[in-house]
This record gives sequence, C-alpha cells and structure tokens, in this order.
Amino acid sequence: MPVKEKFTMFHFVNYAAFAMITLICVFPFYYLFINTISNNDLSSRGLVMFYPKDIHWTNYADVFRIPGLGQAALISVFRTVLGTVLTVAASAFLGYLFTKQMWGRSFWYRFLVITMYFNAGLIPWYLTMLQLGLTNNFLAYILPAIVQPFFIILVKTFVESTPLALQESAQIDGAGILTIFAKIIFPLITPILATIAIFSAVTQWNSFTDTLFLITDQNLFTLQFILYRYMNEATSIAQLMKQSTGAMVDISNMATPTSIQTTVSMVVVLPILLVYPFFQRFFVKGIMIGAVKG
Amino acid sequence: MMIKDKYRLFLMALPFLALAFVFCYLPLYGWIYAFYDYRPGIPLAQSEFMGFEWFTSMVSNEVQREEVMRVLRNTFAISTLNILTSVLPVIFAVFLAELRSAKFKKLVQTLTTLPNFISWVLVYSFAFMLFSVNNGFINNLLLDLGWISEPLNILASDDHTWLSMTLWSVWKGLGWGAIMYIAAIMGIDQEIYEAARVDGAGRFRLMWHVTIPGIMPTFFVLLLLSIGNFINNGMEQFYVFQNAMNMHNIEVLDLYVYNIGMTNSNFGFATAVSLLKSLVSLFLLFIANSMSKVIRGESIF
Repeated sequence: MPVKEKFTMFHFVNYAAFAMITLICVFPFYYLFINTISNNDLSSRGLVMFYPKDIHWTNYADVFRIPGLGQAALISVFRTVLGTVLTVAASAFLGYLFTKQMWGRSFWYRFLVITMYFNAGLIPWYLTMLQLGLTNNFLAYILPAIVQPFFIILVKTFVESTPLALQESAQIDGAGILTIFAKIIFPLITPILATIAIFSAVTQWNSFTDTLFLITDQNLFTLQFILYRYMNEATSIAQLMKQSTGAMVDISNMATPTSIQTTVSMVVVLPILLVYPFFQRFFVKGIMIGAVKG
Repeated sequence: MMIKDKYRLFLMALPFLALAFVFCYLPLYGWIYAFYDYRPGIPLAQSEFMGFEWFTSMVSNEVQREEVMRVLRNTFAISTLNILTSVLPVIFAVFLAELRSAKFKKLVQTLTTLPNFISWVLVYSFAFMLFSVNNGFINNLLLDLGWISEPLNILASDDHTWLSMTLWSVWKGLGWGAIMYIAAIMGIDQEIYEAARVDGAGRFRLMWHVTIPGIMPTFFVLLLLSIGNFINNGMEQFYVFQNAMNMHNIEVLDLYVYNIGMTNSNFGFATAVSLLKSLVSLFLLFIANSMSKVIRGESIF
C-alpha cells in the first residue's frame, strides 16, 4: 500500500468495521469474566452488562466445592497432557519413518491418509469401542487420538525439507535409525512438533463428544462435559450449595445458577486464554503448512 | 541401506498402523449391523436378519421417509448456508489488507481467531448468557432501550434455526478462516499492484483485478473440500444447541444418527443411515476431486 495515501472516508469505515467485528468476537469473553467477579445477585438478574459491579472473587473458591468439578479438572488435565505427549511422539516417529525406505511405504501412507476422509460412522465405531472395552475407560480418551494422519503428513513434509547430509554422515558414523531419530531428527523438527502439540492439546481440552458417547462413569467426566451438564442442572446445584454453605456467607454472593454457569465456563476457557497469546504464531504456522500440503 | 532394514522399519511402524486399523478400519465390520435388528446385549447371531429392510423402509415407510427428508433438508440448508458464508473470510482478508496500522491488524487477527479455539459447549454457554430469555444480555439491552416490551426466547425458538446456527459458525470461524487468505494476499507480487496503479487503477479495481484473482486458487480448493464434506455437518454444535423447541430444524444427519442410535438404541436403522451417509460422502469427495482435476489440473488430495 502506498505510504503517502491520505486517511480517507474509506479508511475510517474500514477501521470502524474491523473494530466492530473484533468487539463482537471478544465481548462474550469479557461479559463472562465480569459476571464471575460481580455481585452474584446483580449478575443473576442480568444487571452486570458492561462493567463489573461489587467485585468479589469468592465464586472461584466456591466453584471447587461443586461435587465432581475437581475430579473433572484432573481428568481434563491428565488427558490433555498424556494425549498430547503421545500424539506428538507418535507423529514425530511415524512422520520420520515415512521418509525412509520402509516396506510397503506408499501403501501404508495411503492406508493412513484415507482415514482422514472416510469413516465407518458413529454406531459401528461405538460398538467397536464397546467390544474393545473402551467404554467407561480412561484410555478411550487417549488411544484413538495417538495416530493422527494430518500430523504425520506435517512431520513427513518437514523432515523432507531438512538436509539429508546430516542423516547420512551420522549413518557413516554407525548410528542406527533410532539414534538418528533421537539425536538428529528430533531436535531439527521441534518447530513443527510445537505446532502439533498445541493443536493436539486444544483438541484434547475441548473434546466433548467422546465423553458423551463412551463415558457414563462420573469419575471419568471431563470439564467440558460437566459444564454442559451444569448448564442443564445449574438450578439444582445452586440449591445444593446453598444448603451446604451455612450462614457465614454474604447472602448476595451465594451461588446462583448464573454464578455457577459463568464461573465453570471461565475455568474451562481460562487455560485456552492463557496459552493462546503465546502460541498463536504456531497455530498460524500449522494451518499454513497444512494448506500447502493438505 | 540393507534390505533387512526395510522390514525393521516396518516393524517399528507396525504398532501405530495397528492402532489406525483398530480405530478406523475395524469399525467397518460394524456395517453388518445395518442388516440386522441388533439390540445391545443380544449377540448378533441371535438377532433377526433384516436384509435391506432398514434401507427400503427409509422410502416405503411414510413416517420414516418424512423423518429422513426433514433431516436431509436441514443438512442441505445448513451446508448451503455454510458454503455461501465461506466468502466472508475472503472479504475479511481483502479488507484487512487495507488497514495501514500493522499493530491494529495484528490485534484484529489475534482476537478474531480466538473463538476458533473454544469448544461448542462454551459457545453454547456464551449463547445462554447473551440470549437467554431470563435476563440475558441482549434481552435486557433491548428492554432498556425500549425496542421490545417482552423478552424474546431466541434459544428456544424454531424461527431462523438454520440461520442462527450458520451465524454461530461464522462467529467462531471467521478470523481463522481468513488466515489462509491473508497469507495468500501477502504472497501476491507487489509489482503487479504497482503496474496496475501506474495504469490508473483505484483501490477497488486493485482489489477486484489483483487481490481477488490472487486468492481465488485457495478459495477454490476450500470450496471443493466443503462440497466433499457437504453432508458431514458434525454433531457437536447441533447437539449442544438442540432443545425440544428447535428439534425440527436443527437435527442434521450426524445428530439424527446419534439420536436414533445412541438415544433410542435403534442400532440397525442408525447404522443403515450412516452407511448410506458414508457412501454418499465418498461419492461427493470423488466428484470434488474430479472437478479439481478438470479445472485446476491437479487433485486435492
């Protein structure tokens, strides 16, 4: 764009339009937050609209007294960490193997890629999981997520772009495949692995339907699932908490369905908000590489 | 490399290939349930063999035919609206490129991409806070302004369900969808702009004759992919937004399969529907790919 161009009506409208769109994207997050820290009574009557009123933080302490929430937070964190580590490790290793002269390489590569575009459907998949004993089983969150064709494509493409000479010289020095992978390839591909890790972590954290399909055991519920349940049951939970609170608490800040819904939502979205600014560039990089090669 | 090495490499990959087989290929065997009246707990061998009855009943049984037609209508309507709104990220990217402050541009991009990374459950939670009939933000605002006298029950209403579902998708995906176009615009040779400007082209002619053609190939690939995915709306969004009021218009194919299979335990019929869905979806992918070969000279995969 030319540097000397004047600030015209066009620019004014353009800036205003983007400011508006950005506001619409951000406002729900802001609205959620101010309602969790405002007077619960005002908040439940919808009177906290643009700025917080009577700021207090007791909701964040209270929220962990909701039965099941602490356990769900543990499950969510655990599946996110374990799932991400295993997915990243498997994608790195398989992506690398597919750059080597493996037996039936192009066949197996297609074998994996096809699964991105085709699946048997929900019911056959569910019945398979049932027969494998993967209902009401923590492993149901982890095992199906390990092999991700898209991530394997990303790693393969990335390894192919690194100089082959490095691998060859290590081979001459007598290094085996695993040594080359661990000592040479792994350090080289960390940028793409960071991208995969962040994508995988967000997917694991946000995952909701697998709990819906496969889990009925309350001890294995995730935060996302529990948030959904609370939204339908918030009234009865608020009642339950009122009974267990006693007379000490300021009556206007006692748990209400609104305070429970907003605070649990905030707990669910907080990790995303915290990591997002630091990892945004990895997301962008990931989608770009995917676009070139997908 | 020694010949034995290629088998060793294969053996290293084998555990992972086995996982892919178990979770992606083994379920294909379950298509057999589409031909039985299967009830959970009763072995398949003792279930009644139905032949193609689940398939034919979709057409011959009037109640079921109407159900299937309704679900197909919802699926087609929402997919079509999604395809129509897929030009919005293009417009977003083209006008974003006209912003001169790099900082503002970065800020807009960062904040508009954020909704893509939250779950549909959370989107529903937002919808609940903002649009609820009981003291939701929008209702209170409109009441305060005196534009309405009664709160509107937007979430539990079947008016404009297709449109509101599409708008939520746009809210969630607009900034993210624009990223690839923004990158494509950055890849356009600046000399083309210079040359066009020397020829007297104004801002909008530059957009139309330089920027838009520059991002057309990207748009086209994504359009073909969305044609390939025409009947795969997914179910998460529709599951969390569904209620007794909007059920008629929100139930897309994926949600329908869940509701009849998992909720009503009609595994046979649900499998028959999802079997057909898989085949049609494969066919659509094939069409999209052939179109790509004819028009662009290369396949999308």
